[in-house]
Amino acid sequence: MAKRVAIVGIGQTYHQAHRQDVNQVEMVNEAVTAALEDAQLRIKDIDCIIHGNMELFEGVHQPDMWHVDGDGAYLKSGMRLTTGGTTGGTIACAACNHAASGLFDTVMAIGWEKQEEGHTTTGIAAMADPLWDRKVQTGALSGMTAARLITDFGERAEEVAAMVRVRDGENASRNPYAHLREKVTREDVMKSHMLVHPIRLLHMCPQSNGACALIVASEEKAKKITKKPVWVKDHVTTHMEAMLNETILVRKDLEEWASMRVCARKLYKRNGITNPIKEIDLFEMYDPMVWMEMEWADWFLLMERGGYLKMVEKGVTDRNGAFPVNPSGGVVTTNPIGATALIRVAEAALQIRGDAGEHQVDKEVRTAMASAFGGTFWTILHLLSKERP
Amino acid sequence: MAQRVGIVAVAQTKYEGSKPGLRMAELVHQPVKEVLQQTGLKFTEDGSGIDFSICATDDFWDAMTLSDTPIGDVIGAHHRSAEKVSQDGAQAAIYATVAILSGHYDTVLLVAHCKESQPSSRNLITNCAFCPVCTRILGVDYLSAAALQAKRYMYKYGITREQCAKVSVKSYKNAKNNPYAQNAMDITVEDVLSSKMLAYPISVFDAYPVSDGACAMILATEEKAKKLTDKPVWVKGVGNCYDCHHLGDRDLADCDSLEMAAKRTYKMAGIKNPRRNIDIAEISGQYSYQELLWSEGLGFCDRGEGGKFIDSGVTEMEGELPINPSGGVLPGNPIIVAGLTRVVECVLQLKGEAGARQVAKAKTALAHGTTGPCGQLHSVLILGT
Repeated sequence: MAKRVAIVGIGQTYHQAHRQDVNQVEMVNEAVTAALEDAQLRIKDIDCIIHGNMELFEGVHQPDMWHVDGDGAYLKSGMRLTTGGTTGGTIACAACNHAASGLFDTVMAIGWEKQEEGHTTTGIAAMADPLWDRKVQTGALSGMTAARLITDFGERAEEVAAMVRVRDGENASRNPYAHLREKVTREDVMKSHMLVHPIRLLHMCPQSNGACALIVASEEKAKKITKKPVWVKDHVTTHMEAMLNETILVRKDLEEWASMRVCARKLYKRNGITNPIKEIDLFEMYDPMVWMEMEWADWFLLMERGGYLKMVEKGVTDRNGAFPVNPSGGVVTTNPIGATALIRVAEAALQIRGDAGEHQVDKEVRTAMASAFGGTFWTILHLLSKERP
Repeated sequence: MAQRVGIVAVAQTKYEGSKPGLRMAELVHQPVKEVLQQTGLKFTEDGSGIDFSICATDDFWDAMTLSDTPIGDVIGAHHRSAEKVSQDGAQAAIYATVAILSGHYDTVLLVAHCKESQPSSRNLITNCAFCPVCTRILGVDYLSAAALQAKRYMYKYGITREQCAKVSVKSYKNAKNNPYAQNAMDITVEDVLSSKMLAYPISVFDAYPVSDGACAMILATEEKAKKLTDKPVWVKGVGNCYDCHHLGDRDLADCDSLEMAAKRTYKMAGIKNPRRNIDIAEISGQYSYQELLWSEGLGFCDRGEGGKFIDSGVTEMEGELPINPSGGVLPGNPIIVAGLTRVVECVLQLKGEAGARQVAKAKTALAHGTTGPCGQLHSVLILGT
């Protein structure tokens, strides 16, 4: 059993499509400074820096080298981990592992992306096998999930997709760090520009510039640093093999096979959770488009297909519903890729602390879950709790 | 360290200038299969097998976003935990140790792979590591940065090209005893000095060649390690440290971050006198001068004494502190992989399985890796029996 660690500091930048006022180093520094301020620490109090983003999105090789000037790693221990979209989740796991190892007391994870400086779709397309898949790789815009949902649920699926986006817009309007903060209506979504059938512009996440920093400390240190530590009860990483075609198109047993369900099962089993919707108070989910939230939530929450559609229709996932999902506005409103999954953990922690400000949910949050998505359907889940595990 | 972490199996491919017949997954498969066979471990879910896989690989070098995807099924990542350290392999070895000490994982598979032969230009890739605002546009890359460092080091401390060349001579000679080495031969100081100049004062024999290869190892908690092998090698200390990025912000003739990384590692491992307490060292010197400079940083000799240190013969195979019995990086180890190869070589030495390159009575070994320009990030591990 892993040793106890807690989140003691949270910082993020605001997010925009263009941040020409700062370079990468300066942008990362904004998040680092904010996290230190939140924890009431100084950079000298941090023992280790964990850095992550995707190199080929900006075309900077080993950017942790250059970023030393902004992330405070000078003469400190540190490491760089990258796993695509899951990077933010991976560096959160790595920060927890470092803080639990006994070798470090206070560890900072920094995830970031400055997508305006590169071409993200090219970066994503370069992920496919150069021999078999690269020529047919379309980047992040894949209509398969949406097509499956429409096949199964018809127009109702499109209605729910709009409801999810309206909810996210409503939540994002309350979150000062969110990128797309405009409230949108059902009609706005339904009439928005078609990207790849049946995905419309407002179904899809934006390309954001931004950074997030999270400070994790060992139990002894955490108690000294803050009165409101958020405990990381557990984290589970589940990867999948690389053949995308097999994953999405061919398998008949996708429902059971998807990493989301495999990962959730492992997390729940290890932590004695039998009814996730009752026992977990809030879910910050990495949903690169609304359609994915609609399909994956069934897997994460171990429901029958379509179970989540009902939840959305009944308003259960609203900010003040019984099971709030993405009160921050989620990934559909803010997606600085290397930071995105870290922001899920950060936002879940803010909700537990009661420090989410305008987008704080009404109900008390004692246990929260955060997911990460990346690679070839890889999943990471973090389980956070108010009480010391 | 409160608990002990054991290395229970190691394997590596032969390092070659080009391996056109192997795709990444195939390249990794060979050493992975070997370490699984050595331990009898499988990718099981019941806690009896590998429960975490870490790879060291880099998107730029593999010309692939998420360069860990193609090896996922080979390293047992399907439906299981895996992470990627996009730095030198020694960093991944430190992370594997940390992951086990955290209590979150018990048995970790670690691999590093790189095919430097695939990208068309090493210089173009490493140029992209420099600040795009100020220095990238100048065309500086890891080689030209290293040349600046070598020149500054030679100027400040009076190190000669001949002394650096001696490192190459020793490395290529030691490599003759290493069946995995890429280039092994007898060369002279004159051969090094007269070889084609790449960036003054670094000539062809002063620099590591383009190389392809992979290595793998399995680490486990003390309890599991004892069950998995009769001869576990223990990780006694780990440490790493970043330096400044901009070359002008540091005195390139010294290596503050390596001194700091070594200090952290030695403290953990209880090493008071590195020269006496350490029996062999495997150091990542991509360029010949680096073995001298890193020897200073590791406290084997004083600052500025690296030249005299190689002259003294202490670091030869039969010397008091053999450095790079395997030949080290100069005869050919790919970037990203090199640091983990150092750890593999130390393990083989400590187990007495290093064949013709075996150093007698090696009980404590030091493995060193470096990432970034002019050793901006150093990683140090102390291993022992």
